[in-house]
Amino acid sequence: MGGNAPTPAGTAELREPTELVQLLTPEGERVTHPDYELTLTDEEYRDLYRDLVLTRRVDVEATALQRQGELGIWASLLGQEAAQVGSGRALKPNDFAFPTYREHGVAISRGVDPLTLLGLFRGVSNGGWDPFEKNFGLYCIVIGSQTLHATGYAMGIQRDSSDDAVIAYFGDGASSQGDVNEAFIWSAVFNAPIVFFCQNNQWAISEPLERQTRIPLYQRARGFGFPGVRVDGNDVLATLAVTRAALDRAREGSGPTLIEAFTYRMGAHTTSDDPTRYRLTSDLEAWKLKDPLERMKAFLVRQQLGDKDFFDKLDFEAEELAVRLREGCRSMPNPSTDNLFANVYVEGSPLIDEERATFQSYLASFEGSHGGSH
Amino acid sequence: MAQITLGKALNEGLRKSMETDPKVLIMGEDVGKLGGVFRITDGLQKDFGEDRVIDTPLAESGIVGTAIGLALRGYRPVCEIQFDGFVYPAFDQIVTQLAKYPYRSGGHVRLPITIRIPFGGGIGAVEHHSESPEAYFAHTAGLKVVACSNPVDAYFMIQQAIACDDPIVFFEPKRRYWEKADLDTAIHPDPLWQARLLREGRDVTLIAYGPMVKVALDAAAASDKDGGPSLEVIDLRTLSPLDMDTVLASVNRTGRAIVVSEAPSNCSIASELAARITEKAFYSLEAPVLRVSGFDTPYPPSRLEEEYLPDLDRVLDAVDRSLAY
Repeated sequence: MGGNAPTPAGTAELREPTELVQLLTPEGERVTHPDYELTLTDEEYRDLYRDLVLTRRVDVEATALQRQGELGIWASLLGQEAAQVGSGRALKPNDFAFPTYREHGVAISRGVDPLTLLGLFRGVSNGGWDPFEKNFGLYCIVIGSQTLHATGYAMGIQRDSSDDAVIAYFGDGASSQGDVNEAFIWSAVFNAPIVFFCQNNQWAISEPLERQTRIPLYQRARGFGFPGVRVDGNDVLATLAVTRAALDRAREGSGPTLIEAFTYRMGAHTTSDDPTRYRLTSDLEAWKLKDPLERMKAFLVRQQLGDKDFFDKLDFEAEELAVRLREGCRSMPNPSTDNLFANVYVEGSPLIDEERATFQSYLASFEGSHGGSH
Repeated sequence: MAQITLGKALNEGLRKSMETDPKVLIMGEDVGKLGGVFRITDGLQKDFGEDRVIDTPLAESGIVGTAIGLALRGYRPVCEIQFDGFVYPAFDQIVTQLAKYPYRSGGHVRLPITIRIPFGGGIGAVEHHSESPEAYFAHTAGLKVVACSNPVDAYFMIQQAIACDDPIVFFEPKRRYWEKADLDTAIHPDPLWQARLLREGRDVTLIAYGPMVKVALDAAAASDKDGGPSLEVIDLRTLSPLDMDTVLASVNRTGRAIVVSEAPSNCSIASELAARITEKAFYSLEAPVLRVSGFDTPYPPSRLEEEYLPDLDRVLDAVDRSLAY
């Protein structure tokens, strides 16, 4: 075996889904869905668009900062803004989000300062934010691990008799991981209040969706004993509505839901990747027509919810944010040597204490010596 | 004062922790109605309910991964890994998440999780039921690793481990589960991070932990009875961090050290002790630090485990070799 497997019958459905919850067409036309209603105020529509614009601006700026040598690496979310903002905005303040390393849009919609996210990619910390401040977990780099943490957290909610809920983010690549499948089983068995939010961006670095699955990912949920739904991940309204419904379902004790947000990774896996080696630009061109920001903007214009003044002000705000990020990133201090040894243990360790003291006296031995100051 | 087995002492210690702190949960395979395959959690589900003593799906990564989530929610989970050789599916969650999440958070997160693992051989079991994987965990920054050797320590150490705010891998010497001792629950226990001098001697220091403590004590008693060398015995108790103060004080007196452990010797706790003793007590040493250990083979079929496991004779042979320098 190996090489190319025979084409399964459902391959077309993998990439060109017919079943897809949509409330906003790529042209910005508002449509209805029998299962998912969404009524928002004008202000809420504008806020969603604002989040999308700010998220993209942060992403573009971070990519530029990496190119300028200010960040070691950046994992771009280009194209996935609506999936992240829609699902992030569906959460209540007490709900908890467990991200991968690409959920910058969720972070922004949770109120996490995007500058904080850059520390990890600049190399000044391995995480850097207090997960409990905005109920937004630390980025998890080993694929899928966080889905089990989310499941455990949801089991804790059950024991607290609270109506909080949890959302676990992961991608199409992670859907192959054992941890994700264990998380499905545990959540189902314990009926945990959790939403599994899979951003199917169709690429796991260079590996296409067909290397992870032979059926649409949302259909896997059925085998685990809970509902799965596929939503247009480039439609912020549909993503919001579907996630909100799944969270409500979790809150009322009906257990987990798997949401497959069907989207496309418009950029590289990270700034270290070169997608021209493994995918066609024609795919990219087709997906550009489904851009999540353009369709929301078209909708706002069509509905007369945003005039030129609104869009100009938003552009200005995004530009200001970019400047703040740029300056904040460049002036981010390097961690001190003490940070190397800090927080390995809550209750300390004589081993760490000894190594810290030895290293500090080693460093001190250079003080005053010719050309060797640290 | 009642005689109690090591297994029952662990059970009583767990019960005490659950009574003291409502956030303490037990999770593992068969820990509920069955009370665990070694009955360490016997009766706890009946008394504390299914929400606090959780029979989990058979997925070790899930046990540790969900424990991390429960800890993030404010709980204090105690995970039972059924046998030493079953811990590897959970290895990623232990090493990449449990050990590193607090450091990653810059001090915002604590994960007070205890992972109990019955370890070591000598019970005639099939493959994967007799291993000594402690070095993997001692090698990992962010974890603390301890091993109890007797019922009194079992009772107190499990409570101290659960109360600790750092993640701890807690090794239980499964072949000693049925050994008895007097337990006075009113005594003030030693700190968790201290080794213990069990027997004073003049000529050689034997350092052991877990199931090998009894072997070291037996060797010291036999040597004494035969008018042989006078052997000092230390129960290490904490494997990471090591209590080098207690070890070095002894080696500085005797000038000789032998580490006794079931684990393969290559890159082991015994190796680490040999290196540290050599670095810190070089001028006190009359002989190189020797290791009496399992072999660098997979754990053998049980009909060969008597050959594999260090015993009294192999310890005394090492004593002779040490004294010959």
